[in-house]
Amino acid sequence: MPISAVSLENAIKNALPVVHLEIQDESDGCGDKFSVVIVSEIFEGKNTLQRHRLVNELLKDYIARIHAFSQKTLTPQQYREQLAK
Amino acid sequence: MFRPILNSSLRIARPTASTVVKARLRAYRYLSQEARSTIQKAIEAKPLVLFMKGTPDAPQCGFSRAVVQVLDLHGVPPEKLQSYNVLEDPELRNGIKEFSEWPTIPQVYVNGEFIGGCDILIGMHQSGELETLLENSNIIPKAAEEPAQTTSS
Repeated sequence: MPISAVSLENAIKNALPVVHLEIQDESDGCGDKFSVVIVSEIFEGKNTLQRHRLVNELLKDYIARIHAFSQKTLTPQQYREQLAK
Repeated sequence: MFRPILNSSLRIARPTASTVVKARLRAYRYLSQEARSTIQKAIEAKPLVLFMKGTPDAPQCGFSRAVVQVLDLHGVPPEKLQSYNVLEDPELRNGIKEFSEWPTIPQVYVNGEFIGGCDILIGMHQSGELETLLENSNIIPKAAEEPAQTTSS
């Protein structure tokens, strides 16, 4: 079963508290390639590697079925700073 | 390291640190001691080690290509870089994912330490952290020591 952006969105929202979430299906619908931006307070105090490891672990079952998964992980503070730019 | 996760888990009652730990232990057990020591040697082969799809001259995947380009941009000399083509070695392809506890290729190691995959490398490149890391790891010369003349004839 191909993974849809909606199912991925639900999985992320179930796995961690998100302030803001962007999911881009870059696979033309085959569910193989996703790029996500996750804004969550859970990333506070973690470096990028720790954040990505956390997301990888929480979404393990999904990522194993996706060929290409690209992630950006921001804290609410970083997200606000990015918006302000 | 787990404390921040625990704190937020308590509040939201989501997957806890203990499930993460269990999964790590499981992954650890999958890999034979022999495979583990082979990979350990591989990551220590050169100051910078890249597990990728294809070769630096002919990457077989856009993410691997992106990492090669970023390293190239920073002028990482060939003698400091060892790359492994995981497409030629299915055992390595699966083994390295478990070893690094990282689900995707490419993967970058600096002085035997896992740095990250494509997203992290690109992010570090943009923030300037990558240059600092490469300089501090003696992979590229410090900016001040670089010859000013870089044009080629």
